[in-house]
This record gives sequence, C-alpha cells and structure tokens, in this order.
Amino acid sequence: MPEPRWFRVLRVVGLTLLTMFTVVPLYVMVTSALKPLGAVRDRFQWLPEDLTFQPFMDMWSTIDLADYFINSAVVALGAALVSLTLAILAAYAVSRYRFRGRDGFRIVVLSTQMFPGILFLLPLYLIYATIGRYTGIELYGSQLGLIVTYLTFSLPFAIWMMVGYFDTIPRDLDEAALIDGASPVGALWRVVLPAARPGIAAVGIYAFMTAWGETLFASIMTDSDSRTLAVGLREYSTETSVYWNEVMAASLVVSIPVVIGFLALQRYLAQGLTAGAVK
Amino acid sequence: MTSTAAPSPASTAAPPEPPARRRWSPSRRMLPYLLVAPALCFELLVHLLPMLGGLYMSLLELTQFYLRDWLNAPLAGVANFSFALDFNSAVGVTLLRSFAVTAGFSVLTVGLSWLLGVFAATLLQRSFRGRAVLRTLFLVPYALPVYTAAMIWKFLLDQDDGMVNATLGGLGLTDGQTFWLLGDNAFLATVATATWRLWPFAFLVLMAGMQSIPHDVYESATVDGAGLWQQFRSITLPMLRPVNQVLVLVLFLWTFNDFNVPYILFDKSVPNAANLLSIHIYNNSFITWNFGLGSAMSTLLLLFLLVVTAGYLAFTSRRMKDA
Amino acid sequence: MIKRSLAAVSLIATLLAGTLTGCAGSAEDPNTITYWASNQGESAEQDMEILHDELAQFTAQTGIKVNVEVIGWSDLLNRILGAATSGVGPDVVNLGNTWAASLQATGAFVPFDDALMQRFGGRDRFLASSMSSTGMAGQVPTSLPLYGLSYGVFYNKKLFAEAGVAPPRTWDEFVAAAERLTDPARNRWGLTVAGASYTENSHFAFMFARWEGVDLITRNGPEFDSPGAVAAVQRYLDLMSTQKVVSPGDAEEGNTSSAAEDFTDGNAAMLIAQNSVIPTLQDNGMSEDAYGVVRLPAPDPLPPGGTPALSHVAGSNIAVFADSPKREQALKLVEFLTSKDIQASLNKKYGTLPVVTDAYDDPAFHTEEDAVFSDVLANYSEPAPMIPTEAHFETTVGSAMRDLFAEIATGRQVTTDDVRAALADAEQKMRGTGG
Repeated sequence: MPEPRWFRVLRVVGLTLLTMFTVVPLYVMVTSALKPLGAVRDRFQWLPEDLTFQPFMDMWSTIDLADYFINSAVVALGAALVSLTLAILAAYAVSRYRFRGRDGFRIVVLSTQMFPGILFLLPLYLIYATIGRYTGIELYGSQLGLIVTYLTFSLPFAIWMMVGYFDTIPRDLDEAALIDGASPVGALWRVVLPAARPGIAAVGIYAFMTAWGETLFASIMTDSDSRTLAVGLREYSTETSVYWNEVMAASLVVSIPVVIGFLALQRYLAQGLTAGAVK
Repeated sequence: MTSTAAPSPASTAAPPEPPARRRWSPSRRMLPYLLVAPALCFELLVHLLPMLGGLYMSLLELTQFYLRDWLNAPLAGVANFSFALDFNSAVGVTLLRSFAVTAGFSVLTVGLSWLLGVFAATLLQRSFRGRAVLRTLFLVPYALPVYTAAMIWKFLLDQDDGMVNATLGGLGLTDGQTFWLLGDNAFLATVATATWRLWPFAFLVLMAGMQSIPHDVYESATVDGAGLWQQFRSITLPMLRPVNQVLVLVLFLWTFNDFNVPYILFDKSVPNAANLLSIHIYNNSFITWNFGLGSAMSTLLLLFLLVVTAGYLAFTSRRMKDA
Repeated sequence: MIKRSLAAVSLIATLLAGTLTGCAGSAEDPNTITYWASNQGESAEQDMEILHDELAQFTAQTGIKVNVEVIGWSDLLNRILGAATSGVGPDVVNLGNTWAASLQATGAFVPFDDALMQRFGGRDRFLASSMSSTGMAGQVPTSLPLYGLSYGVFYNKKLFAEAGVAPPRTWDEFVAAAERLTDPARNRWGLTVAGASYTENSHFAFMFARWEGVDLITRNGPEFDSPGAVAAVQRYLDLMSTQKVVSPGDAEEGNTSSAAEDFTDGNAAMLIAQNSVIPTLQDNGMSEDAYGVVRLPAPDPLPPGGTPALSHVAGSNIAVFADSPKREQALKLVEFLTSKDIQASLNKKYGTLPVVTDAYDDPAFHTEEDAVFSDVLANYSEPAPMIPTEAHFETTVGSAMRDLFAEIATGRQVTTDDVRAALADAEQKMRGTGG
C-alpha cells in the first residue's frame, strides 16, 4: 500500500521531535556522568570539555552501590516471580471455573490498586513489626518483607491481565487434556502455560518494574542491609553535597541490565498486554 | 479464605454452574478457592488489613503523643474529616487546591502520554528502516529509576545553569532566565517530567494493540478508497478501545497517586502549583506527625478514586457494548 | 488433584521461606546493640569509617559490639517514627536537636533525670545552650547533645580584598558590604541563600524575630504576623527584593549545598551557614585560607527588646529507646560518645563542635574559625522552639517564605502587607493542625 507524501513527511518530522524529546535528557545524563563534579555544576554546555571516567570509579565507594543493586535485583526478581505464580493460579481459577465469590474476588483485588500507599504505609509497618515480635519472621527491614509488599502491588493488574489472556486461549485445549486424564493443575502446566507465554512475560516485566522503582515503602521499610537502589541512589545527595556526576553514572550502570532485559522481552510484553486488554 | 470470598455482595450474582461433565466431587468445588487463596492471603495481609487500620486511624486523634500506643489513642470521630473538609479554613482550602492541582496534573499527563503514545505507535506501525532502533530507544526512559528521571529533569530545568534555559537563551527565544521550578511553571515541570517517564509505557501498550489489528481490515479499507486518516479514525481507534480502557485507567491511577516526581524534583519543598495530593498528605502525616488527619485525607482520596473508577468502568464498558 | 494444588501452594511457601534464611540476625545477643547514626559527614560511607574506628575502642573497653547504621537526614525521622510506633527499632539513635521536644512527646525515649545525668558528669558538664535543645523547657530531657553546630558568615577573602571591604560587624555593614560586592552583570552577588529550603528559611525567621524581641511561638501558640515577626521575615526577603544582593536564582536552591557551590565558585561573596558546611567548601576546592568567618552581624543597636540571637542552637542529639532491653549497654555507648576524648576526636573529624566543656581543652577547637562558631554556640544561640509541633513551625513559616522568595524572583513586588498575609495564613495552618 503506497504511503502518501504527507504521511512520510509527518513521520520524519514527528519521529524527529519524539527522538529529541527522548534523547536530549538522556544525552545530558550521559555527558554529566562523564564530567568532573565542578564541570557538572557549571553552566550547561552541549559539548563537554574535559571528560573523565572518574565518576564511574568513585560511585562504588560513595554509597554501597553494589549491595543496593543486588538487593534491588533480589527483591524485584523475587516479587515478580511470586506475583507471577500467584497471578497464574488465581487467574486460572477465575478464567476456567465459575465459583461463588468469583466476581467479588475480582472486584476486591482490583480495588486494592486504588489504595493510596500513604494510607496503609504506617499500619502495614505496624503489622510487620507485630508479626516479627510474635513469630520471629522479620518482615520489617528485610528483603522478604519488601518482596511480600511489592508482590501485592503488582498482583491486582497481573491477575486482571492474566485472566484476559487465559480467556483468549481456547477452552477446548485444556478440556481435551482433562479428558485425557490430566489433572486441572496438569492442564494448566502443560497446555495453558505454554500458550500463555507472552502474557507471562508481560506480567513478569510489569511486576518487576513495579518493585524495581518503588521508593515510598522502601524508604521506611529497609535498613542498610536491605536498602534498594530506588532509595539508595538518594544517598548521592547529602545535606552538604550532591554528587550529580556519580548519580548519573550509577543510574546509567544499573539501568543497562534492566534495559537489556526489557528489550529482550519487549515483543512478548507487547503481545501480552494487548491480549490481556482485548479479552 | 473461602469464607472471605464467599460473602461478598457480588457473589449472589455469580452465574450458575455449568452442567457438570463428570461426577461432582468436593475437590473440584474446592480447587478454585485453593487457587485464589494465596493471592487473596497476600492482598489481605498487605492491602486490606492495613487499609482497615488506616481507616481506623482516620477516626483517631493520632499525633506523636499517642503514636506509641496508637490502639489506645483517643477517638476523634469525624473531627479529622470535618477539619480536612472545612473550606473556610486554610487547611481545607489547601486540600481543595491540592486536589485541583492533582486533577489537572493527571488529566494533562495521561492525555499527553496517551497522545504521544498513539502518535508514535501510528508512525511506527508500518515497517521502515530504523524502526526497531526507535522502538527500543523510546522505551529507555521507562526503564530508568524514577529518582534518576526526576534528577535529570531537575538538572535540565535549573534556572542558572540548566540546559533548557541555556538553549532557549542561546537561541534568543527567551532571556534565558525563566524559573521552571518555581511558581506556576513548577506545574509544567512536573507534567513534563512525569510525561517523559510515562509515555513510553502508553506507547508500548498501544503499539502492541495496533499490531494485533488484522491486516486485511486495512486492506479492504484501502480498496474502498479510505485515506490513512480515515482508516485511523474508523479502524485503528475503535479497535484499540479495549486496550485504551485498561491503559487509561492504569495511567490515571498511577498519576493520581504520584508521589516521587514532585518529591524529588523540588527537594521535598514542593511549590503550591505542584503540590499533588500524595505530597500534601505526606506532609500532613509524616512531616507533622498528625496521622489521624493524614489518614482522613487519604480516605477521601480513596473514596474519590473508587467512585471515579467505578463510573469509568461502567461508562466505558457500556460504550464498548454499544459500539 | 488437591494434592497437586497444595503442592503448588507449598512451593510458594518454600520460595518465600527460602528468602528468610540470612534474615535472622544476632538481635538477641546481649552484648550487641544497634545504633542509628545520623549522616554527619560528606557521605554515609565516610561516616561509617569514622565511627568504625571510634566504636572499635568502645568494644575493646566494654566488650559491647555496636551495629551501626548511618541514615540520611531525609529518612531518619521516618525511621525513628516507625521504631517509636512499633517498638521495634535500635537501642540508640541520633536525632536533629530541633526534633527533641517532638520526640520527647512520644514517650519512647529514656529520660535523662538528674540521677542519671551523674553518669555523664552532670548537666553542667554540657554546654548550657546545647542542653537547652534537648526537650521541652521544664521537663526532664530525653536526649543529650552530641554534635554542636551554629551559624556564621563565611566571606571570600579575595573578593573582599579586591573591593576593599572589611568583614562586617553590624547588620548595616553587612548589607553595605554585600551591596559593594554585587555586580549582577557579571553574575556576582554579595550573598547566597537557600531560598527554597523551608528549614533554612525558618531558622532565619526565628533568629531575626529574636532581634526584634518577639517570639514566633508564644505561650498562646504560634504568632507569626506580629509586626516584629513581619519585620523579621522581611529583613531576610529584602536581601533579594530591595537590597538586591542575592541572586534571584537562589529562590530555587533547595539546600545549603547548592548555596555553598555559589560561594565556592566565587559567584557569591558571602554565605550564612552552619559550620557543617566546611568540609563541603574544601571538597569543592576552596582552600582554608581563601575564606574567613565572622559572627552573623546583628543590628547595632538592636530594636527595643531584641536579643542578639546569632544562631539557633543547632546540632545533633543522641537518645536511648525506652523499649530497649539493653538499656544499660545503650547508656554505656552514650557515656562513651559524650566522653571528653571521643567528643574531641569525633567532632574534629566531622568539623562539628564538642558539646561538653572539657573537650574544648583540645587546641583543635581554638582555631580562628572554630572560635567564632563555638563562641556563637555557647553565648549567642537560643534554642529553636522546643514544642512538640516544631516541625509544623518549620514547614508553615519556611514554606511561606519560600513562596515569597519565588514571587520576588519572578519579578513580583512583595509588600509588607503581602508578607503579613502570607504569615497569617501560615499561622492559621499551624493552629489548624493542632499547633
């Protein structure tokens, strides 16, 4: 199908503008990461004069960057994994069974997405402290606590998305497996899950990103051993100094693995979200 | 867990059981409950229970005097609510203004993110050289930690040394002295930062939505002589409606509860023009340690979001059925 | 099939339990206590190094191990809040001394009554001014001073010499010097301030109000719009609006570090800051002999009834959680940190001032610049309002001033009536929220 001339012009102009909107801040980030602190604070220059890799060296000792990165990775991966598992189980029930309370469950779960974090932050902290006191399970100040917290943040939409996705997979597929003698869980595992792979990638990324970036709960619920990047990066700015160049350098380094993972799964994510939404 | 799920009001409306294919066994009846139980358990622990705690707190006079033994804090009844909603006092007026700012911020940010997303997705719908690179590039801001994104913009918008003023001043468009982070401009700065971070998500979802529209629909439209613009209006947009329903709701809930962007952009000292509700509530509970009042404000916010979401879902679902 | 789904559920349980391992700490060891330290140095990492050395001595002396966590100022109050509310937290904690009354009201900290004070050499061993910022007046303090700070005026020696200006001794001289040193065309300013920082703003409102002889917090609660209070706030704002010795860009500066940059870059000839800023100046490449320090110059004579409050009593305090099962060990740590030698060595490393009189025997605190700060701390400082709602005071007054600065910077005329209206609004907010 031929493209009219106006469309091609619009495409060039539109994409150029969007690229500038995206790239200019990123360019500033990268060049700032390569400047000495004094130069970062000076008047902005498009072409930096003295470049240095020093910020990339110093950033590891100004804060415990490596530890925070590992904490964030453990917490975000853990939360994504568990959230995904729970969402699959729940969504399978909602999609394949008609049981009393099914709609109630969906509505209750969706409504939790609206709770303002500030409303339940303090009560949640108190509940974790109480659990810790009576059972010895340390949810406060531990990676476990963060995993438990974050997995519920992504769970509501994860369930809704997975339900939508499962609904698009023909029932005949798993019913055939059931008739062949498979258990429902077996049918889920062997038939539905393989067909739902893109949706799973989608939900996984969504859950990962939710946990990766959260700051409000992390600022109160972590200690120096469990601190995540989202709050740890703030330590580059103290009351007396802001290490702009190291913030940018550190952000650059920690974001690279995420961007790579993100892009690797991007195609799946795209398909998954659509399927979940279309129903 | 069964007992929690069963008595909800919607359960009476549950559709009748499909005719059983096989012998009815109790295990089959139990299975769905077992499957949803873990999810429900966690939601109960992390959302529902603490939320009830938060609702209870909104009825208490909960200042630092009583925090340590908060279960025995004196009851304030609806005093916190009437206080927050007293529009003749400075507190009520500020809350109202904060609400207006948040509403404006959400509408603009969601609107812009959606428009940019749909624009980019449309332009990238047809394959051409460099498409894959651009697709990748546009997603990068979404993968950055929010702290970084906000710090970058804080840096760009600095009045003295920032890139924006240096460029605008250098081109002679302004005097290069504009305060982007002060006064009413602070609102624009917040919208720009939030949009920069959020539009890639809209783009991603919409791009995916467009890919799933079957090609032959467009082809037959072309045969009928429809131009690209007509195709966009009569095919793309209607087909995207289900995607949009979820996308807009997610974006709205995210932006309405946004806390990080203004908090980081303004060093905790947020100007009135960017004083989003989450920030306002945070200041009224965590800075001044009046958790009763803060919880009352959060409860009002929650009620508002519930009403809007319910209305939105009812409205959009009906439109989709009509369409 | 129930078995299968049970297996699935227990799989998740195992997954979660797996993360548990390694979370169980040595919390119940009676010879290990937890200490939350405030971020005093340039980074948490540097703090850890400094504290590590000192605390090794403590462990050697007492056999008590200390788990230190350095917490940034932006998170510290929230963390203390969580600990005070839940009863789960550290044994010993640092706090900003302006929070003392607020935290005292929670009842979560061990009161240092006269009997207990004997362990630390008695009340009189501590600087009287620092001691006045440990809790509400007339009540048993629940924290002890640890690091002392006060305000002073830093001036750029080279710029002063070039302009032939002497360091100011009175407010008029100060303004005159700032005016001489201001040259907007060259982006050169007499003074730099952090106009968007509500804490900084509120400190100046407090000091300048004392010069006018008024209290912002009176026996009847907040009184922000008295003529004296309006004059005090206006004195600060005028530096930007009518005297024009402060760059409008400063209305955007949210913390002292960015103001300090303008000073070290030579864009501003003076900076009013606490002594904690000194390491930043040096870190920014300004050598010790490039700047001088004088007391913040008050008007001479002062307005009728005024007192020369040249600083609020600034600094960090230390407190012991009442819920701590290891109170004795915790008190030993406080004893150690307030002992003469450790006070001298810690404050030397942090660039802060000792809060106990005997530590001043150390010659390190008698340099020219430390003499200024310690003189101000001991003789010219008044405690910030010691009320449970001190934070309300800082946010309401400080934010009102931030907004006024923003209006001035964007070219609006701010009249006395505008200032009064903004302060009246702030007062209403503070009274409204239980202040």
